[in-house]
Parts: sequence; C-alpha cells; structure tokens
Amino acid sequence: MNTDIQISAVTLDVQQCIDWVMSPECGGIDVFIGTVRNATQGKPVLRLEFEAYEKMALSEFNKIAQLAFEKWPVQKIAIHHRVGVLQVGEIPVVIAVAAAHRDAAFEACRYIIDTLKQTVPIWKKEIFEDGEVWVAAHP
Amino acid sequence: MRVNILAFGIAKDIFGGSTIDVELTNDATISNLKYLLEHRYPKLQKLATYMIAVNNEYALDGDTVHERDEIAIIPPVSGG
Repeated sequence: MNTDIQISAVTLDVQQCIDWVMSPECGGIDVFIGTVRNATQGKPVLRLEFEAYEKMALSEFNKIAQLAFEKWPVQKIAIHHRVGVLQVGEIPVVIAVAAAHRDAAFEACRYIIDTLKQTVPIWKKEIFEDGEVWVAAHP
Repeated sequence: MRVNILAFGIAKDIFGGSTIDVELTNDATISNLKYLLEHRYPKLQKLATYMIAVNNEYALDGDTVHERDEIAIIPPVSGG
C-alpha cells in the first residue's frame, strides 16, 4: 500500500501522516496542512462545518493519488480530511507526500490539494455572526 | 421508474432533506433528470454549477439512469 486515505470526524494527526509516508528510500516529505481561517474577505468566521459524500470522496481521493503517482516519482501519499464542525485554527486537511527528491514531493503535494478542491465531493459551510454560507455554491 | 437522489451541501437545503424520490421514464438520461429537478427546485439554477454522480462517479448529461443506481446531486465542492 502506497496510499493512506482517510475521512475522519475526529482531530487530524499531522505527525501520524508524516510517520506513515516516511520511508528509507525517500529523501524528503512535503506536507500541506489546511487550517481554518478566522475571516473571509474581512468578515469574521466563527467556525466551519464540513460534510462529505464519503464513499465517492474516498474514490476521488484515490484517483488523485493514483494520478500523482503517474505524474511524479513519489513513493507514498497520505491524505486525511476532516468532517464535522471545526473551530478557527483546527485542521480540515493534511496531505503528506514522500519522494526520493524534493521537486516531485512539492509538485505532487500541490497537485493533490489543488485537484481535491475541484473534484472531491466535500462541502464546507462558513458560519458568521449573522448567518451562514455554503462556500462556492453561488457565482 | 422511481429513483432516489442523495443530496449534500446546499442541495440538501434546497431539497429540504438529504434524499428525495423522483419518477423517471425507463430510458431517462442525466439531462432529463436535471430538467426535472430544476423544474421542481428552481433554486438549483442559481447555483454556480452542479453535477450528478451515478454509482460514485461523475455522470455526463447523455448517460442513462438505471433503477438501482446510486444517484447523488453534487453542488460546487469546497473541500480542503
């Protein structure tokens, strides 16, 4: 197994992702950590709520990881994504990519986060003091 | 045939629940399904875009819907 893909309702463990991709033949690990920001366009955000179509999301994560393996010489990929209510500063997503050389790790990690934002069926709602909005739903 | 549609994100708010049932002809396409949904729930047309997934894969407008398919409406995603 060269991928560890999880959707979790509990706090993500960054170190666990790093430990999982670490391997003797790799010279580097690139890690992307998404964090809940306290504002959107200057408006304070109280918290986020994430929802996933879990079965399809796992399948889409897997597709992205397989494409990353085809495009770059990377050894191991971990993708963990949270669902549920997240407070400011909490971690919705962790991506860790291990490769023999750093360029592949950086590029594959960037590709994974950029693609997941476009294709994986997960949704976030921003909760403001005066209302709530499903992100990206409307033009 | 009667098919069940799963809804997520804003689609759940628009449908007023996490699933709805719709009645389709046996050879109905994704395009037919979208037309019917938009007629019943005009707010769908206000979305930036939305897709239909069949058995956990994004479907094309010309794909045919089958009775036992798992069908879901996928409003614009915003994970990460």
